[in-house]
Amino acid sequence: MSHWLVLPILLPLTAGMLNLLLAKRAPGVQRAVSLCATAGLLPLAIRLLALAAGGEYSVYQLGNWPAPFGIVLVLDRLSALLLLLTALVALLALLYALNGDDRRGHDFHILFQLQLLGINGAFLTGDLFNLFVFFEILLIASYSLALHGSGPERTRAGLHYVVLNLLGSSLFLIAVGTLYAITGTLNMADLAVKIAAAAPEQATLLRVSALLLLVVFGLKAALLPLHLWLPAVYGSATAPVAALFAIMTKVGIYAIVRTSTLIFPAAGPNPVQSFTWLPALALLTLAVGAVGSLGSDRLRVLIAYLVVVSSGTLLAGIARFNVAGITAALYYLPHTTLVTAGLFLLADLIARQRGVTADQFSPAPPLAQPARLGVLFFLGAVAAAGLPPLSGFLGKLLLLQSVSPGEAFWLWTVVLAGSWTGLIALSRAGSRIFWKTEGAGAAGAPADLPRLAPVVLLLGLSVAMTLFAAPITRYAEAAASQLLQPRAYITAVLESEGSP
Amino acid sequence: MEAVAALTVAVLVACGVYLALRGRTFPVVLGLSLLSYAVNLFLFLTGRLVTGAPPLAGGSAPTADPLPQALVLTAIVIGFGMTAFVVILSLRARGELGNDHVDGKGEKT
Repeated sequence: MSHWLVLPILLPLTAGMLNLLLAKRAPGVQRAVSLCATAGLLPLAIRLLALAAGGEYSVYQLGNWPAPFGIVLVLDRLSALLLLLTALVALLALLYALNGDDRRGHDFHILFQLQLLGINGAFLTGDLFNLFVFFEILLIASYSLALHGSGPERTRAGLHYVVLNLLGSSLFLIAVGTLYAITGTLNMADLAVKIAAAAPEQATLLRVSALLLLVVFGLKAALLPLHLWLPAVYGSATAPVAALFAIMTKVGIYAIVRTSTLIFPAAGPNPVQSFTWLPALALLTLAVGAVGSLGSDRLRVLIAYLVVVSSGTLLAGIARFNVAGITAALYYLPHTTLVTAGLFLLADLIARQRGVTADQFSPAPPLAQPARLGVLFFLGAVAAAGLPPLSGFLGKLLLLQSVSPGEAFWLWTVVLAGSWTGLIALSRAGSRIFWKTEGAGAAGAPADLPRLAPVVLLLGLSVAMTLFAAPITRYAEAAASQLLQPRAYITAVLESEGSP
Repeated sequence: MEAVAALTVAVLVACGVYLALRGRTFPVVLGLSLLSYAVNLFLFLTGRLVTGAPPLAGGSAPTADPLPQALVLTAIVIGFGMTAFVVILSLRARGELGNDHVDGKGEKT
């Protein structure tokens, strides 16, 4: 049993608590603590990725209680990939925030660390109730982070977000309670065993709880028709917060993948078949997100709709429930998270240089750095719309290849039409911001290196993902085949040894 | 006994959903609280209703399941914190948006 597994949870927790103590006494030290902890997550995530890359499951028994009686943390290829992605996005978002955005409200660094604690915990836990607890931790931190910087726009969006997620939490608890009443366990591996052996008369209850879980996770992942909160919240959040939130919808997608492959596998001996709605819902989400991006009147809202589009694309791949589909989704997932995070930060740079017009698509004074920001925007737009040669194109290509010609019609039509619509929306946004200017002289000061660097790095990682596409695809493929063989996960968890 | 408990959960959920769908923040907060009461009761019931039995496994006597009680405790604490947060947020929305409508678009009061 390796103690590495608990560190991605302990590190942000310690940093968060330390920041809480420092809040009154030494607010300056908070920045250093937050930066050290977030930077520390990166080597830790790489270490865990190396641990998981061989295909071994690592299991950590909290309090040394054997599964299924205690809570376990489980690391597999998917969790390791998502931990690394979280560490990358969080570090770059924090670097951007240190330019002054963290001082626009109280307690930014405490909440930021608690948010990371919740996200890392949700990716690692192997217990359904513990997943609920980590969801609540990341949610309550995100409620406050969404309001960071205050203002009526944020308060209105935040109220909807909070009320919707409180309803979601209630549904989550009802689903967990129903599953516990049927099976008498909450450990995900043990649940999988008990559900496969459940009596036929319990099939309806199992189906209900699986659908309730789909609703809850769909709310986090912005699955249609539960996506309506997202554009307002992401479009109004402070830039580094919005960049960090790019990973939040992926927590919902991760939970859908985990439950649908492990707890309710369609190929099991007692199939519950609750995820049959997923392919159609995913494509509808994609279509609605694409239409929304076309109709946005602000750049940040447009990017928020691109997040909806990416959720739809990812779930369309996952809903294939075969190696090719999940591989495509797992390659596309880091790409879309990095690119949307980079675009959120870039939109903030653009808004700062346009004065009162901010990121609205109406004529404004020219930007102070039209060439630099223009090149970055072009790069981000090419990656987000899925044009060759960047990683978005490769991800979509893998997705299109994952379906057999007979059943390809709807997927191909919606994915290609969605990309085309996104392309139109992005090029219209770019031409209005960069070319349709009025007056002379920029309204804002040019951005300095500390502000530009995180954006360049986030968008540059998309280029890196293109260059290293072969190893990343191999890893995604290995992760997908690991996910589709839940037997090994169950054995690893239920037969894991405690530390002496 | 089971019927009464189930009916209580049902009535609480129905009232909670009705109130949560209202247009002003105060009824919405009340609805969320009622829903969380219903959920807590539901979680408590998932261990089945047993009276006068010890919460210990082993032996042949019927036992009460202690786990749902631990789950309910967690759910109560989380629910309490979240309700406090949403109350404060509603007050702030009332101040900043000028009315207590959830969309902030009602007539100014």
